[in-house]
Amino acid sequence: MSQETTLTYSKVNEDIIRMLDKPSVKWLALFVPSLGLVGFGLFCFLYQVYTGLGVAGYRHPVFWAVYITNFVFWVGIAHSGTLISAILFLFRARFRMSIYRIAEAMTVFAVLTAGLFPIIHLGRAWNFYWLFPYPNQRELWINFKSPLIWDVFAVGTYLTVSAIFFFVGMIPDIAAIRDRVKEVPRKIIYTILSLGWKGSNWEWLHYTRAYLFFAAFATPLVLSVHSVVSWDFAMANLPGWHTTIFAPYFVAGAIFSGLGLVITLTVPIRKIFHLEDYITLDNFEGMAKLIILTSSIVTYAYVVEFLLAWYSGSPAEWGQYRFRATGDYALFYWIMIFCNSAVPLLLWFKKIRRDITVLFIISIFINIGMWFERFNIIVISLSHGFEPGAWGIYKPTWVEMGITVGSFAWFFMFFLIFVKTLPAVSISEMKEILPVPRKEAQAQ
Amino acid sequence: MKPDQGVIGIFSYVDSTVETIKSLKKAGFRNLRVYSPFPNHEIEEVLDQPESIVRFFTLAGAILGAICGFTFTVLTSLDWPLSVSAKPIVSIPPYIIIVFELTVLFGALATLLGLLVNSRLRRNTPRGVYDPRFSEDKFGVVVACFKHNIPKVEEILKGSGAEEIKFEGI
Repeated sequence: MSQETTLTYSKVNEDIIRMLDKPSVKWLALFVPSLGLVGFGLFCFLYQVYTGLGVAGYRHPVFWAVYITNFVFWVGIAHSGTLISAILFLFRARFRMSIYRIAEAMTVFAVLTAGLFPIIHLGRAWNFYWLFPYPNQRELWINFKSPLIWDVFAVGTYLTVSAIFFFVGMIPDIAAIRDRVKEVPRKIIYTILSLGWKGSNWEWLHYTRAYLFFAAFATPLVLSVHSVVSWDFAMANLPGWHTTIFAPYFVAGAIFSGLGLVITLTVPIRKIFHLEDYITLDNFEGMAKLIILTSSIVTYAYVVEFLLAWYSGSPAEWGQYRFRATGDYALFYWIMIFCNSAVPLLLWFKKIRRDITVLFIISIFINIGMWFERFNIIVISLSHGFEPGAWGIYKPTWVEMGITVGSFAWFFMFFLIFVKTLPAVSISEMKEILPVPRKEAQAQ
Repeated sequence: MKPDQGVIGIFSYVDSTVETIKSLKKAGFRNLRVYSPFPNHEIEEVLDQPESIVRFFTLAGAILGAICGFTFTVLTSLDWPLSVSAKPIVSIPPYIIIVFELTVLFGALATLLGLLVNSRLRRNTPRGVYDPRFSEDKFGVVVACFKHNIPKVEEILKGSGAEEIKFEGI
């Protein structure tokens, strides 16, 4: 935020609370189609439940495919939200202030979306609760040595903690909305949600402390979650999966993909709600620089994977990587390399980092590239294992694609509801970065 | 005897708010409450508050989470021992992940509880002396005092630039 800003405290309140006014036609034009696509996704899921898992394209040897790809993709998307809200908070990076609420909302909704996929992937979805440890008649307990159970704990904790972080961060802002709105139903809802917040020195004292602890918890948590997700693969003895670089590789990829989606979401919001004074070019440049960093780490991992496979001397391992680059799925592999390693190189130019349109286009490439990265890791590895006689090709079906499209719509539906009901830019933190009003300054 | 009267001064500037707090403290009024639209370090410093006790909630929650995670994984493994290839029944390294996740989960929940309890965020409507402008752009200093002290408080508030003064019973 530059010092010559024209924003004042009451203008911040006014501008941000104005976003919650009656939905415009543009908003409805986005909301109604997403609702329709959610409906289509739901139809596909019900069709799969009714008919059986055969309608998904699973065939030997590929029994983890698009659903697990989506799971890993959405968990990954969530990560940059926590990076922006918690890690950059601990580092006191000021460019996070105006975008972190959007990023945090994205985290919560992305984990919410991700959590659906292991259940969709189950043949008998109604038995999903078998994953939780609960006393039962058979006196059986879950196997805590299984990475899939670690996943349940990691993703469950992540959803809970990021939802708390998201809500607590909003309490002072909800109080500000409560004090401004007049119409009865809204006033009552915001009054209840604000928990009677007044902004007294005691409240702020405990609040700032608690917020620091949430950030301190969220930081190692976010690193653990995607490490655990990567171990779903790395713990298995399959060429292409069984490697020690998976945890850092996945975490960097997660943050990379999430930053891409933050930009994809922020650009239209900034334009539709005229938030140019709040979400500045500096904010975008900060994110673009982080993309350069994470893209480099991901690219490095792509190279190291090949080196490890070659150096291991294992024909199955080396064969797997040659298959990735030149086999049946080579197109997907090169799409991934192009989107994740080549396109982000453009961001080395300052001019491009500060050009919103180009950034938006690059962010879409990143989203596509990262989705394919997950697909490549999961599907290509499974289709080309140790035993040549057991190799096989998997193709997604319309049911799987329908559910995938539905999941994107589900995410956007929540996000669109969010921008119309809750403050999408933090009111109190925006005030922290504005110049403090002083009587002395006024007198001069 | 407890103070029975609240006097609120409303300010637009941080420096005049800080000045007011200083002069009130000098005059012996220690029972102050300050409202601000965002946390401000200058105000925090001049109020000289004790460290927040939320940290003890966090610590207690985190320790409890670690103990729960550890005992739960170990006891359930021993409850129905499945011996596979003479591998250990209780295998600590994978359990560390559960211990870690539960440490974070319980720690975060306890922090939330600590925040709600200590900030008294239990009521839905702001009670007592409050002005909706405190969530927008005004700072408020509330002095709890006895009736006979009101003129003195009023004088200090006015002297340091309060734009508005209100009285309310506590």
